[in-house]
Amino acid sequence: MGLEARLNGDSFFTTTVDALTEWARKNSVWPMPMGISCCAIEMMASGDPKYDIARFGSEVMRFTPRQCDLMIVAGTVTYKMSHVVRKIYDQMPDPKWVIAMGACTSSGGMYRSYPVVQGIDQFLPVDIYVAGCPPRPDNLLNALMQIQDKIGRTKARDFQDKPLPELTVIQNN
Amino acid sequence: MPLSKELIEQKLNEKFSGESFVFTEHRNELTVSLDKKNIAALCKYLKEEDQLAFKLCEDITAIDWAKRKNRFTVVYHIFSIKQNFRLTLKADVDESDCNIDSVSSVWKTANWHERETFDMYGIHFNNHPDLRRMYMPEEFEYHPLRKDFPLMGIPGSLSLPKNKN
Ligand code: SF4
Repeated sequence: MGLEARLNGDSFFTTTVDALTEWARKNSVWPMPMGISCCAIEMMASGDPKYDIARFGSEVMRFTPRQCDLMIVAGTVTYKMSHVVRKIYDQMPDPKWVIAMGACTSSGGMYRSYPVVQGIDQFLPVDIYVAGCPPRPDNLLNALMQIQDKIGRTKARDFQDKPLPELTVIQNN
Repeated sequence: MPLSKELIEQKLNEKFSGESFVFTEHRNELTVSLDKKNIAALCKYLKEEDQLAFKLCEDITAIDWAKRKNRFTVVYHIFSIKQNFRLTLKADVDESDCNIDSVSSVWKTANWHERETFDMYGIHFNNHPDLRRMYMPEEFEYHPLRKDFPLMGIPGSLSLPKNKN
């Protein structure tokens, strides 16, 4: 069909491991849908057949952080919720990326008041900020494509010297 | 007999003779202002008296008047389904003696309404079964809907997760 048609005869095919992993990685970015408020509705819309996030290989929204590469934080993050968001982020395996979807998540948005964290970058490393209140699904897909570009520029050796995350032991009483 | 303003006035003055109630009417809705020490007994009566039957407690909240002598007013919105009649109760509470009797034994739903009012205004409800904060974290020290609480909060009073990386 595709590749093997070109590989007839004595042809051969070379690539680097990096290129292969990048290609695989960026076409299977599994999101963790951190839908906290109204932006989550648009995030769901981007999964429907009209906008179809499956075109980018990201239709597998996983509700367990252990299987995710990308956290889409969609909604107003209060101080009380910030601990939960961070805990879920910490459970995602490396390498991982974060999209701050919407005005609230990026800057506190219209909630300029005491309970709302004025931008999740105060406690999470954010890769892409998406403007809008709420952003349209195409805007989110654009962010996803930028994440894919970013993944495309990531090499395995970028992670070489990174220390393993510290493990905290949780004791159950 | 349908419930009327006059009937409520008459019934309350009869039952609680010697207490002073102030009745005001605004846009056809009746408000009763009363002394806070009567609140529990009055609510019980309003709910259990057959003709009144204020069985639905819609909301309990408070007003902070900031500089007034009796700084807070606790407001109860109750409704009689049987009579299709809405009533507002108001009781003043001063900051130096910041408590009022709980009515959660009268209406179950008052439990959470009172917790919210406690969280936001710092008014204590005596005999409340479980007076914890409703919205803010337990270790938070302030009451955000008080007029002297700044809109953007008090820096450092709410914690963020520690950045590990
Ligand atoms: S940015 Fe707008 S749509 Fe999104 S969570 Fe905030 S208020 Fe809701």
